[in-house]
Amino acid sequence: MSDLVGGPHAHSGSSISRTMVLVLVALTPATLFGFYEFGWPAVFLFLVTVTAAIAAESFALALGGKPQKPFLLDGSAVVTGWIIAMTLPPWAPWWIGVVGSFIAIVLAKHAFGGLGQNVFNPAMIARTVLLISFPIEMTQFLTPQPMFTGGSPGFFEGLEITFAGHTAFDAVSSASLLGAIKTQLGLGVPVNEVVGGSLSLTAMALGIVPGSMGETSAVAILLGGILLLATRTITWHAPVAMIVTMAVLAGLFQAIDPGRYPGPAIHLVSGTFLFAAFFIATDYVTAPATGMGKLIFGAGVAALTFIIRTWAAYPEGIGFAILLMNAAVPLIDHYVRPRIYGRTRSGEPIRYEEI
Amino acid sequence: MKMFRIKGGIHPDERKDLAAGKAIETVPLPSLLRIPLQQHIGAPAVTVVEKGDEVKKGQVLASARGPVSAAIHAPTSGRISAIGRFVAPHPSGLPGQTITMRPDGKDEWGELPAPIEDPFAVEPDVIAERVAASGIVGMGGATFPSAVKLGLRNRNKLETLVINAAECEPYLTCDDRMMRERSEAVIDGIRILRHALGVERAIIAIEGNKPEALAALKAVCSANQFKDVLIARVPTRYPMGSEKHLVQTLTGKETPARALTADIGVVVHNVATCYAIREAVRFGRPLISRIVTVSGGAMKRTGNFEVPIGTPISHLIDHCDGFNKEPDRLLLGGPMMGQPIASTRTSIVKGSNGVLALCPDETPARQTMPCIRCASCVSACPCGLTPFEMAGHIRKEELDAAVKIGLLDCIACGSCAWVCPASIPLVQYFNYAKGKLTAQQRAKHKQEETKRLTQFREERMERQKRAKQEAMARMKAEREAKKKAEAEKKRAKQETIGA
Repeated sequence: MSDLVGGPHAHSGSSISRTMVLVLVALTPATLFGFYEFGWPAVFLFLVTVTAAIAAESFALALGGKPQKPFLLDGSAVVTGWIIAMTLPPWAPWWIGVVGSFIAIVLAKHAFGGLGQNVFNPAMIARTVLLISFPIEMTQFLTPQPMFTGGSPGFFEGLEITFAGHTAFDAVSSASLLGAIKTQLGLGVPVNEVVGGSLSLTAMALGIVPGSMGETSAVAILLGGILLLATRTITWHAPVAMIVTMAVLAGLFQAIDPGRYPGPAIHLVSGTFLFAAFFIATDYVTAPATGMGKLIFGAGVAALTFIIRTWAAYPEGIGFAILLMNAAVPLIDHYVRPRIYGRTRSGEPIRYEEI
Repeated sequence: MKMFRIKGGIHPDERKDLAAGKAIETVPLPSLLRIPLQQHIGAPAVTVVEKGDEVKKGQVLASARGPVSAAIHAPTSGRISAIGRFVAPHPSGLPGQTITMRPDGKDEWGELPAPIEDPFAVEPDVIAERVAASGIVGMGGATFPSAVKLGLRNRNKLETLVINAAECEPYLTCDDRMMRERSEAVIDGIRILRHALGVERAIIAIEGNKPEALAALKAVCSANQFKDVLIARVPTRYPMGSEKHLVQTLTGKETPARALTADIGVVVHNVATCYAIREAVRFGRPLISRIVTVSGGAMKRTGNFEVPIGTPISHLIDHCDGFNKEPDRLLLGGPMMGQPIASTRTSIVKGSNGVLALCPDETPARQTMPCIRCASCVSACPCGLTPFEMAGHIRKEELDAAVKIGLLDCIACGSCAWVCPASIPLVQYFNYAKGKLTAQQRAKHKQEETKRLTQFREERMERQKRAKQEAMARMKAEREAKKKAEAEKKRAKQETIGA
């Protein structure tokens, strides 16, 4: 008691690791569903990616001369690795996960100063760099092969797919919905003819469609999102702004030309959109601090995503949209700040009219 | 009654059950009382007794100096055994002027000012004078001299008196017990204060976690049909007891930055202060004791005690049978804004509302991690600030940048540090910066004063030099005139002779 300790002398009990654990719990439904849908190769890729993230964190900490224990135990590296795995094609080779984790942890996080200092979301940097560098591996999706069914590879076959290249893969590969729409539109097939069959909206909401490991099931993601909201780990601002903006934009353009523009439902449940709304756009470090800021951020992400999906070369644009909005965060935080008690928005003391 | 929402705030673990059920007890007199001369905001009091003097209970020991100060009275009868510097009840543990008194055990009252029989019939100034003479200060912890606040009547157009009985700090129950056990006196005190301020209504604000106190005060008001006192059940949320936030909750009006609540027509007094004012007005008794909550997981016995001012904290702890384990922190005040006790030899003063001995599971002993910008502090801040950003600037010694985003609007309530998952000591950052800014300002002021004095001296020297020159010139002129006159005279004489 000799040290001079300052107040407050009570604490809520919250901690960074507690927050991270909550995020992991929230990711669990989508993860388990992904494992079920895509079988052993998905499990192996997941394990490799998370392990690589922890190894990368440890390596970067050692390089930076920082203590290992507190930072490895805070759980942030596991969350990053886990999220990267969620965004990968489930049967991608092991090195995709390893390269992704190292890019995220070493380049996107520690090069900027480590925990809390990065400007860009590490998982989105990894995903984007991988997409640009390895376009083939990163866009080879497959029709779900639920575990323990005939089409699903066994344990050893799974090991082979992840670690030794995939002969079994070509048989089941398929385009994601957004990819299919883009290709078919290019061939002059209207949207409403592309959607249907195996790509029905119900299947997409449930997640029985080709896609990344943890992003296909809107239901599982929503479950996690609700958990995050209920535990007040995240606020509603960014997800709601993203969903509303996307729905409005997609609805507007669909009304203009239904044959050219897919509707709000397709945009909302396909690709990484919902996953990003609850797990990426709500990343504390790379999002604005105020509620209003988060609304602007979410709206910006959705608008940019819509633009990239609709008019750019890539079928999915959410990674680029997040990174572009990440860069705008310091600006948003500079201009959008809470009103100080007893002051007007411009910072002058409040004035009352003389009675 | 309609309540208005305030921004932010937190719900810390209340832990009031540790002491809320314990009735107020009197503490036997210690063998020595140490009474600091600085127990209030403002100038320290000036001693009017000398070493060796025999004093009676209630006799003035030190009188107020200047407009913002408060007199100090003898808590019991006895002999002044020393007047000198002693460890002050301040976290620094630095010494301050202290009167040491040895009680004689008789506890004999001295001559007191005459009771004011009907306080509602006298002029408000009479009550203000009595409050000043009785050394009453804000007993919620701010310790601002109450008489000065009563004087606001002459400066502002006042409408409402708000009685702060929120007691939003965890653990503390002294106000709660006072309202339950002395409800008649409390209401009487509030009505006297209302009259002294010349306002129409008084609102007592009590957090919803004190239903017994609410019921007790309500019963008094309805039994006597007092229409001038409203009892408001305010939401239980820290920092509800912050003056400006309490006023906003009750009236919906936000006090402008850098202004007083009086500027929007509201004066706030603590409930314990009202009781002290009533004692002074009705019985002539000065402020010589107060109710203190002793609590915390490390205390063998918790409770609420009526303690003479100047009682050493160690005496109070001994009276509660000491600790059941080594406390991790020993605090004067609540856990949110209380201060560590540097030494248990220091005493209970007018603003001490609690002595807490907290064990490790009640206090944060966590490793500080880097900020992850989770913005919990932004949502918790009742003042609309961005604590994480301010701390970031202060880390880099960018104090002006921190001021620009509202450092000086911070009330140091500690809500931000309470919620911080990275356990960043945000309040310390802000206190450090505020202290440093004050020091800078003082240095700047000193520099300007020195400059002014130097300039003044130069001007004075210049003036003196000029005066000297002028004097010399004058003298020279006089001398020459004299010479001339003499020469004239001589010539005239010669001319006369010549003629």
